[in-house]
Amino acid sequence: MSERILLVDDEKDFVETLAERMRSRDMTVSTATSAAGALDLIEEKSFDAIVLDLQMPGMDGLEALEMIKAKNPNLQVILLTGQATVEKGIQAMKLGAMDLLEKPADIDTLTEKIKKASAKKMVLVNEETEKKIKEIMGGKGW
Amino acid sequence: MADHWQTLGEEGIQFMGKMSASISHELKNVLAIINENAGLLNDFCRMSERGMDIDPERLAKVSDNITRQVQRADAILKNMNLFAHSTDTPLTVVDLHATLAMVIKLATRFAANRVIQLKLVPASEPLTITTRPFLLENLIWRCLDMSMNVAGVEKTITLSVIAGKDQAVIRFQGLGSQLEERSTIFPSPQDTDLLTILQSTLTIDSAVGELTLTLPQATSN
Repeated sequence: MSERILLVDDEKDFVETLAERMRSRDMTVSTATSAAGALDLIEEKSFDAIVLDLQMPGMDGLEALEMIKAKNPNLQVILLTGQATVEKGIQAMKLGAMDLLEKPADIDTLTEKIKKASAKKMVLVNEETEKKIKEIMGGKGW
Repeated sequence: MADHWQTLGEEGIQFMGKMSASISHELKNVLAIINENAGLLNDFCRMSERGMDIDPERLAKVSDNITRQVQRADAILKNMNLFAHSTDTPLTVVDLHATLAMVIKLATRFAANRVIQLKLVPASEPLTITTRPFLLENLIWRCLDMSMNVAGVEKTITLSVIAGKDQAVIRFQGLGSQLEERSTIFPSPQDTDLLTILQSTLTIDSAVGELTLTLPQATSN
């Protein structure tokens, strides 16, 4: 299965190179260089996971994470940061981030995290679908 | 005065820490880009081993990316080195325009995070003053931070250095209407300590959206 991922980082050179590497690993990749751009893309397309830079101009990664999770709670977010403080890490986890990786990240570690994020999203979506089916069937007395 | 110096010492450590954290963040970003480009070269090697042709133009692009990031890191480190050495001599002659340029470079990331542009008006000739370089950098940063907090709708802070009679002036222009509200909390007691030690004065003109820092040609011991 080809994971559909969104890479978000204000460093254009970083996001483009990482996207090329992820594509060569059979992932379907979209990119954004701002949190606002990422939120627009999430409205347009469906993703299995988002790799999000923590510190960006304007809206930062934590604000974006909060908005993403509010709109799409099943979507898994992996945060990337140049400054991984314990405080930020705790805050990110409380806001629903799946993981927090420090830059520069190892590609194999990141790929593994993306695959786990994708699998987790699938489980959550399936659970939600099953719940809805049960509710519908229960409502009809089946 | 001993209390002033203690406060300034603590403030100075905080200033140094804040700038060092920003520099390390920038360098991490540079390393992350170099890491991905090195990784991409490795990916190309694996593809080549599997019999795929690698376009030389792709290799040249990766090489250019790495070179550009090395140059970026070099510029960051040169600026960091200048900043670190500003603590070497408590009182010395400094080129005010060069000092301002250095603080602006240090502040670039803070400005970018607030979606603000910093513009330095080029100097026609060098303007040197005798001062305490590290304390001056701290004071410029505090004025710049304040200016960014109250930036006007253009989101551009223009900085310039002007020579006066036995004094030098740094202008922070492009400030918005919030400047008047903030004038009750700025300058803070810590800012006032810095102004006192550097024998300088700060003028806030809310009507034109401007801060003016006036420094003596020579700060005495």
